[in-house]
Amino acid sequence: MSTNGLIGRAVKRVEDKRFTTGHGNYTDDIILPQQTYAVFVRSQYAHAKIISVDTSAAKEMPGVIAIFTGADLAEVNGVPCGWQVNFKNGDTMKEPKHPLLVADKARHAGDAIAIVIAETKEQATDAAEAVMVEMEELPCVIDAAKAVQPGAPLVHDDVPDNKSFDWVLGNPIDEVNEAMSRAAHVTTLDFVNQRLVPNAIEPRSYNSSYDPASEKYTLYTSSQNPHLIRLLMCAFVLGIPEHKVRVVSPDVGGGFGSKIFHYTEEALLTWCSKKIGRPVKWTSERSESFLLDAHGRDHVTKAEMGFDAEGKILALRVKTYANLGAYLSTFSSCVPTYLHGTLLQGLYTTPKINVDVTAVFTHTTPVDAYRGAGRPEATYLLERLLDLAAHEMNVDPAELRFKNFIPPFDGVQQPGYQTQVALQYDSGNYEGVLKKGLDMLGYADVRRQQQEAAGNGKLLGVGFSTYIEACGIAPSAIVGALGCRAGLFESGQVRVQPTGKVSVYTGAHSHGQGHETTFAQVVADKLGINLEDVEVVHGDSEAVAFGMGTYGSRSLAVGGSAIIKSIDKIIEKGKKIAAHKLEASADDIEFASGRFTVKGTDKSVGFGEIALTAYVPHVYPKDLEPGLDFSSFYDPTNFTYPFGCHIAVVEVDKETGKVELKRFVAVDDVGNVINPMIVEGQIHGGLVQGIGQALFEGAEYDENGQLTNASYMDYCLPRADDLPMFETGSQVTPCPHNPLGVKGAGEAGTIGAAPAIVNAVIDALWSGGHKVKDLRMPLTSERVWHALQEVI
Amino acid sequence: MNTSIHVTVNGVQYSHMVEPRLLLVNYLRDVLRLTGTHVGCDTSSCGACTIHLNGKATKCCTILAVQADGCEITTIEGLSHNGELHPLQEAFNECHGLQCGFCTPGMIMTAADLLQHNSQPSETDIRHALEGNFCRCTGYHNIVKSVQYAAEKISESAVAPAEVKA
Repeated sequence: MSTNGLIGRAVKRVEDKRFTTGHGNYTDDIILPQQTYAVFVRSQYAHAKIISVDTSAAKEMPGVIAIFTGADLAEVNGVPCGWQVNFKNGDTMKEPKHPLLVADKARHAGDAIAIVIAETKEQATDAAEAVMVEMEELPCVIDAAKAVQPGAPLVHDDVPDNKSFDWVLGNPIDEVNEAMSRAAHVTTLDFVNQRLVPNAIEPRSYNSSYDPASEKYTLYTSSQNPHLIRLLMCAFVLGIPEHKVRVVSPDVGGGFGSKIFHYTEEALLTWCSKKIGRPVKWTSERSESFLLDAHGRDHVTKAEMGFDAEGKILALRVKTYANLGAYLSTFSSCVPTYLHGTLLQGLYTTPKINVDVTAVFTHTTPVDAYRGAGRPEATYLLERLLDLAAHEMNVDPAELRFKNFIPPFDGVQQPGYQTQVALQYDSGNYEGVLKKGLDMLGYADVRRQQQEAAGNGKLLGVGFSTYIEACGIAPSAIVGALGCRAGLFESGQVRVQPTGKVSVYTGAHSHGQGHETTFAQVVADKLGINLEDVEVVHGDSEAVAFGMGTYGSRSLAVGGSAIIKSIDKIIEKGKKIAAHKLEASADDIEFASGRFTVKGTDKSVGFGEIALTAYVPHVYPKDLEPGLDFSSFYDPTNFTYPFGCHIAVVEVDKETGKVELKRFVAVDDVGNVINPMIVEGQIHGGLVQGIGQALFEGAEYDENGQLTNASYMDYCLPRADDLPMFETGSQVTPCPHNPLGVKGAGEAGTIGAAPAIVNAVIDALWSGGHKVKDLRMPLTSERVWHALQEVI
Repeated sequence: MNTSIHVTVNGVQYSHMVEPRLLLVNYLRDVLRLTGTHVGCDTSSCGACTIHLNGKATKCCTILAVQADGCEITTIEGLSHNGELHPLQEAFNECHGLQCGFCTPGMIMTAADLLQHNSQPSETDIRHALEGNFCRCTGYHNIVKSVQYAAEKISESAVAPAEVKA
């Protein structure tokens, strides 16, 4: 029900002006009275025993206020993991302590040994250099598959084989093996989904203070979910009363997953602020961001897909080693399991699927959710298999997909689709997005160009990726059954002010997604009022009752639904007030376009007048309370399942191996759209993170556990001149189970893009007779050049 | 050991005693409290700290405050005049050229430098000019469009008075 056309319109963002004029308010912009600054002493080694830490000289340095080491924190808990995954045999996953400062051993390069607090950052830096740490370097292990081998160095002494857990999902392996044995063709792929560094451009920053008068802490944090940080820090780490802690996430400069997690520094600064009685601030340097912000991906996988003689998929068998790094980060355990294994149905009718995951500790930075989180890994696996199988069987990759797609279903007339891997898809029209993508591309023309290019000594390639993801995280009952230690509902409060202006309080958090615009659009549309009369408040645990934050493309699907529930309550009460004013029965009042009207009459009253009446009632019915302010919680009944088709066209230079991305067509179906401009922007940004993985990015550790490309001089982020303009299209298959019919758009681009690019490069290579099965991402010129030397 | 510097920032003259090792970006952010200039990397790689130093786009995270002595500086806060936004500031809103906003000040300052020297840049010119500024949110697509839009607006406003005269 749209009442004034704001829903669906490309409204310009209301939050932009403060950012374009330099008046944003990021955590590092905040300087509190009596501010102090923290700098960390960190391990240079990936794995080393701490022999001694001598802070005596450092403590005498100018401006130094305090220095704390692991010994000072022996009684303080570590940061927890929020998702419990059990071993195949039912045992609980291994979950070693992740301390705020390490006292015994460093387990990855960058592990924090001491915190130095001084009057200025420069003084803290000087003093940190004067902290004398004696360490004994120990052998380390970096690679997940090697870490489980007998004799591998142990990350945690009480985890004997470095396994956090092993896990299996899908059909019994015997059934999958039997189906595979009937296959006319089996495509096998051994591959690496490389480790990525999220690289939000704003480095993580925290500023924590303690007020002895009120005995209250305030933590400013560059977090995607301030309420969750408060809950985890109070209840699980510091044991301080939750109502005595205010957590604020002001403007946050990008997150992409890396700012979901409860990091050790947040809790440590909060602990220190009370110890020293002054606010403590720490902002990560970029080199620290590389070493400490939770990384993404890092899977080593063997995947096999069996086809019958007609090209129908019979079975999928997957074995993955997932590298979790040195400690379990907040959501790390669910990424290779419930966000990866559960997506291996893809868009296809594969009748038998078995996925087996071993999650492993190594002497590396912890790995957790990074844009897409598990779903890019699942999509990469499936879509690489599909295109490779098409090449091996000499069939068209688009045709192979059409042959195997789940037929269209709307989730209303036709039921949802039950997968072999635990999920039930809500609605989908998968062949629709591929058809549209092929039309936008001009597929036949591009194939002709490919042949012509081959005639001219050039290699042109076309690569496909038709993806699905599970978003709108999350239905609490389902994720609870899967091991999540919290329900993942959302809250939304709508407060109508006496003058008819509206304040909306959401537990979702915007760090670039534009909630201040889209949520205002929804509210203004439903209440029939002007956009500028709505303010959206987020990111402050004092202002917003509760929230689970923003990740997993959940904000509108879950947070927006909570707001809709509150709007329904506002309208319901408004009808009662209108009935009173108009001397009619509430049942006879209709609400549309901002007016309450007695059915079949011209008697009506505007929203603004109802608002004023709600707050200044002189004569009011006994059963009606004053005020017009409602709060709601929304717990979705299912995930949402956006999907789409991405097609890349690349040219490969035969002499140098350089890949040029010529075209990228993306058709995404994210359900109903509130603001197409913002959705398109999300798709663009997502695409470039996927393209970044395919062509440019990858964390590189050496055998000593040093991250060798931990700077922007070495880690290759996509730049403006690396990319073409994108060709985006859309299809709308509404979500049948939430009130706005929305599915979420934050991760789609990243999930779909990487396999499309790699498939395109491999297609280009095959067109020149280089029949390679796999290329390790990122597809550097060197790697492609080596592939060009192979003629099979 | 502190050194005296005199700078003009956004048209206002300042004199301060500063530590010789104080970076210009920290002088702007922490001393003058002009926090629109951001630090994304501290190695001149990401461009979030781009300002205009004597009229030229400059990454100020690897310049010492003392090196700016006697210089004229414009930061993002000084780009609009009398409450009127610079065409680039309008364009970034019009074309959705920003999401989280963290890279935006640097991106706009770099683009402003480009448009001063090249009033009708091609897409390639724009992408090349911005290659020293990272954005992790937008995929650059709408940033390129924003700069194109601003270039058009600037050239329209330059043409407009002539039309009035005619």
